Amino acid sequence: MSIAKDAKQAAQGAMQGMMAKAVALAPDSWVPGGKPDPLIQHRHGHVGQPVSRIDGPLKVTGNARFAAEFSFEGMVYGALSYATIARGRVTALDTAEAEAAPGVVAVMTHLNAPRLNPPPVFMSAAKAAGGDDLPVMQDDRVHWNGQPIAVVLAETQEQADHAASLVRATYAQEPPITSFAQAMAQGTAPGLFMGQPLHNASGDAEAALAAAEVRIDRTYRTPRHNHNAIELHAATVAWDGDTLRIHDASQLVAHTAWSIARMFGIEENQVVVTSPFVGGGFGGKCLWQHQIIAAAAAKLAGRPVRLVLSREGVYRLVGGRSLTEQRVALGANREGQLAALIHTGTTAKTRHNVLPEPFIMPTRSAYAAENLLLDVQTVELDMLANTFMRAPGESVGTFALESAMDELAEALGMDPIELRLRNEPEKDPLSGLPFSSRHLSESWRAGAERFGWHLRSPRPAAHRDGEWLVGMGCATGTYPYYRMPGGAARITLTDEGRAAVDIAAHEMGMGTATAQTQVAAERLGLPLDAVAFNYGDSTLPGVVLAGGSQQTASIGASVIAAHRALVRELLRIAGNDSPLAGLGPDEVAGRDGGLCKHDAPDRQESYASILRRAGQKSLTVEARPPDPLETMHWSMHSHAAMFCEVRVNAVTGEPRISRFLGSFDCGRILNPKTAASQFRGGIIMGMGLALMEETQFDERSGRVMNPSLSEYHVPVHMDVPEIDVIWNDIADPHTPMGARGIGEIGITGTAAAIANAVYNATGKRVRDLPITLDKLL
Amino acid sequence: MTIAVNGTIVSLPDDPRVSLLDLLREHLHLPGTKKGCNQGACGACTVLADGERILSCLALAVQYEGRAITTVEGLATDEGLHPLQAAFIEHDGFQCGYCTPGQICSAIGMADELRRGVPSHVTRDLAAPVIALTHDELRERMSGNLCRCGAHNGIVEAIAETFAELVP
Amino acid sequence: MSPFRYARAADVSDAVRQAQAAGSRFLGGGTNLVDLMRETVERPTALVDVTGMPADIGESADGGLVIGAAARNTAVAEHPLIRTRYPMLSRAIVAGASAQIRNMATVGGNLLQRTRCAYFYDNGGSRCNKRQPGEGCDAIDGFNRYHAILGASPSCVAVHPSDMCVALAALDAAVNVESVHGARSLPFAELHRLPGDLPQIDTCLEPGELITALVLPPLPIARHSTYRKVRDRSSYAFALISVAAALDVQDGIITDVRLALGGVAHKPWRAHEAEALIRGKPPEPAVFLAAADAELSAAQPLPGNRFKIELARRTIAAVLSELAGEQA
Repeated sequence: MSIAKDAKQAAQGAMQGMMAKAVALAPDSWVPGGKPDPLIQHRHGHVGQPVSRIDGPLKVTGNARFAAEFSFEGMVYGALSYATIARGRVTALDTAEAEAAPGVVAVMTHLNAPRLNPPPVFMSAAKAAGGDDLPVMQDDRVHWNGQPIAVVLAETQEQADHAASLVRATYAQEPPITSFAQAMAQGTAPGLFMGQPLHNASGDAEAALAAAEVRIDRTYRTPRHNHNAIELHAATVAWDGDTLRIHDASQLVAHTAWSIARMFGIEENQVVVTSPFVGGGFGGKCLWQHQIIAAAAAKLAGRPVRLVLSREGVYRLVGGRSLTEQRVALGANREGQLAALIHTGTTAKTRHNVLPEPFIMPTRSAYAAENLLLDVQTVELDMLANTFMRAPGESVGTFALESAMDELAEALGMDPIELRLRNEPEKDPLSGLPFSSRHLSESWRAGAERFGWHLRSPRPAAHRDGEWLVGMGCATGTYPYYRMPGGAARITLTDEGRAAVDIAAHEMGMGTATAQTQVAAERLGLPLDAVAFNYGDSTLPGVVLAGGSQQTASIGASVIAAHRALVRELLRIAGNDSPLAGLGPDEVAGRDGGLCKHDAPDRQESYASILRRAGQKSLTVEARPPDPLETMHWSMHSHAAMFCEVRVNAVTGEPRISRFLGSFDCGRILNPKTAASQFRGGIIMGMGLALMEETQFDERSGRVMNPSLSEYHVPVHMDVPEIDVIWNDIADPHTPMGARGIGEIGITGTAAAIANAVYNATGKRVRDLPITLDKLL
Repeated sequence: MTIAVNGTIVSLPDDPRVSLLDLLREHLHLPGTKKGCNQGACGACTVLADGERILSCLALAVQYEGRAITTVEGLATDEGLHPLQAAFIEHDGFQCGYCTPGQICSAIGMADELRRGVPSHVTRDLAAPVIALTHDELRERMSGNLCRCGAHNGIVEAIAETFAELVP
Repeated sequence: MSPFRYARAADVSDAVRQAQAAGSRFLGGGTNLVDLMRETVERPTALVDVTGMPADIGESADGGLVIGAAARNTAVAEHPLIRTRYPMLSRAIVAGASAQIRNMATVGGNLLQRTRCAYFYDNGGSRCNKRQPGEGCDAIDGFNRYHAILGASPSCVAVHPSDMCVALAALDAAVNVESVHGARSLPFAELHRLPGDLPQIDTCLEPGELITALVLPPLPIARHSTYRKVRDRSSYAFALISVAAALDVQDGIITDVRLALGGVAHKPWRAHEAEALIRGKPPEPAVFLAAADAELSAAQPLPGNRFKIELARRTIAAVLSELAGEQA
């Protein structure tokens, strides 16, 4: 991060700060979401129905096409060679043997690659997508162990793979910084997230802690993680003149098109990125070197290229979650009221990216503590840039915070749910903003009853079933409502009463295409099969990141804007001969294939009738929603009460999860079938986080040593019990559809609930993830 | 040198390095069988060889000369989806859909193994002539198929419903 | 993967004849070798496919069993005679890998699995004496949670990854091998070796020797046997510790015992010392723990796997207690 960039970020931060104050004080009606989305009142339509996935038939028959499954005439296959040092220079690259190998078309290295601008690093501009800002195969510098140093193109994948193994590199090594502890000893720097310092203080937390009747002061550690979507990252690319066509696996198609265009010095519309299906993302399917290398190599060779990363390649090229060391200190009175809440610590990043794992995020609005101190420090290591992975910050931050709350409950001799209820805030503890919708207490009560929490013994190691020690634990999960700027949508209505919604959004398995079809059909008053939801194409309107659990809101707000423009236009062309004559956009709703007056449904005219009378085959409108000022006006968060029962083998220490319940407060649920899967999916990734996941980074070499799905453990079927999920379905009056994103909240709180259950089962408190059996022997 | 894929006889590749998985995906343009690791660690590439589930990524295509391979593309008939495919949709047994073909082929192979009485790690009585598809048996036997989206519950429900005659 | 020639062997004599070519390797199910070739750890120039060799499982004249080396792992695990006479072998097999892999993997190939040490796999990126003799070992000061606590050397701390082999070590099995120079049989205990100064050599097989069959002796005690595997996730993971054991208790006294450990050494570890301490004693936890302690007294753990000693000790005692309980 350059000093100039830091200054720019600080200025942006100050500007945002002033703006936030103004928006906070504005009347509700001036703010997006100030007037509830009328769809919230539709209780018996498409929204809320457990519709099966509309792409289900394609997926179960193997007919859904993923990035590596598109072909071009004359296409060649790519394979990468990786650096084996963490820092230094490539002094010699011997590619002769590789070039001479059968089938090889070209070998690209920094010596012959087309000249490219560096990638615009994510958050440096509205559409920047780069995982880091390092030049891609432009010079002899090695920045991390595993950096690509050559790509071989050959007629077959087998030929390319073999030839890539024949590339020989010689290095001039420089001493790298790859040890977290050593880097910390040399000093840390404040962490910045979206231009704002990851630092909050109110009151004097240290003094309040020292004066508290009951204190907990602990250190928690979480390791590196990898997303490990089952689909390997892949790009199938072709140049047509100066236009680049990319079949990508992407959760940000528009960002990728813009960023790659910048790198190649061409116009944004000369790069077309499509991604109809994504085989899992979780934050990992963004812009990394493979798409850029594929495009550059295709240009060099004059042939279309398919570059599918090997599983090792995913670990070498695609960043994961960084490690953290967190202190949580809690001070309370004997009644359990928090006087001091301190959550500070350190994480590692690189010099070339802007994401310190923001583990204090969940703590900002968690509890009504009078004195708060939150802070993230960073060190910079010579490693692959870390990145977003499902609930960055909240996933590992809730592990520390909610483990500490459990420790405090024990110190107080109080039920851990009761402790949380006693500290439930009335308004946002830091910003003072009102909550848009917070019903966590209800979630706790509903969950506790359903889970049978009253059966838990407060005394650890009290329940044994044969060889197995059984315990229960709980924790709060939380994730913010986000809506990022840049949304836009296009709606086309035909005189046959069919509609298409176009937006550059993504379907990675969240159920977006299905849920948004339901929403659009409901808003338009059409049957589901009359609505096409088109997405996954950078040429469609909108800059929509499938991340931060914000896609639902972003699409929702964009479609609201486009729908409003559509209604206005329909009323205009309907003219004075229509039953709708004289009505304004706020007075009508979509129903039965047309528009009608809200409170007089018989004043109705079908879309087909309106368009035919106007002599139009179709009507197309496009609109952008207002900027997302609602998050500066309300404190907007989803919440969950997580309950876990574990069994720990008294002989071997093996921890196994036997029951789990998530009780969610996430606004309105658009599709209970796909939503339940989202909740469960997050919880299961949280189970991996708690019990088994760790990217093994060898601090001697800076090399990831388990780049494999056999050595990096993710939960298997046998690890996953039946997971119960319930939700209150209380609409958030200030969000589109009354919904808040649900993709990430499942992983939050889960690890702490498991760790707390392990403590209850065994009396052993593990503060260092993952909770492997050796820690329980 | 030929191999039967979904009932069609096709030639085997000249290069013995070509895996059965790459034969399907790159040569025969049947990308329904997925590549998730190419390390034998995820199960996404599971196909049926003469009805038995195997990992096509660790199989050299030439080793399967004369064998009959069934992939996910070969399960549906003119009458419609295989019952297991329909059950996966009904029970939401997938999210991104990438591990799905492997899960489905694996489950079909698993059902045959169970009918044959093949024991598993969680089978209590090795001498029992019949093994029921309990929740534990099902989960253990499907553990070679990873799912990162976390659709495990739906997958298990879909399989249990489809092979209800094996469930106690 | 480097280029290679592929040929299917017609019979054993054809296989061993073909294997005389320099750089050739036998190919079974491919579940380990194909993976290692893709990682460029193995670079054979010719593969002799031996999956067509005898795969029958049948009783021998002495009441034991002979298992053709090309038998698939699943076929062995599901065989009625193995399930009833050698349950520990069935259990060990189904504790390993996944069903798909067990359907592919042959018995012979399982015996010749190579270690899963991450540094062994990381060709070009890490040092490994097993892969590149004399290069050094990055595991000793690296990630070694899964590594050896018994029988390791300064040059190699890798472990043998097979579950099936742990049971075979306990069962006093024998291995029939054949080459162009003739056939021989060797005790299973002599198949695998400890690393010493030659960690690149996993077994005592001569170049070109093909495993043709596995021979299980008649062993009544094996009817009361089991296998327990301890691992980081519930399934589809390699063992941290595993225990294969058989126990015979008559009138409150242990008349005989078989005990072998997995996940502890470069070879499946037959616990002779512990067995000797158990025979003739009453089946009590204290006896089992003392025997385990004796067996593990030579253990030399690494920083990442110190817990394995306690884990092995407890698992041994639990498995033997379980077997004793069944006969009480």
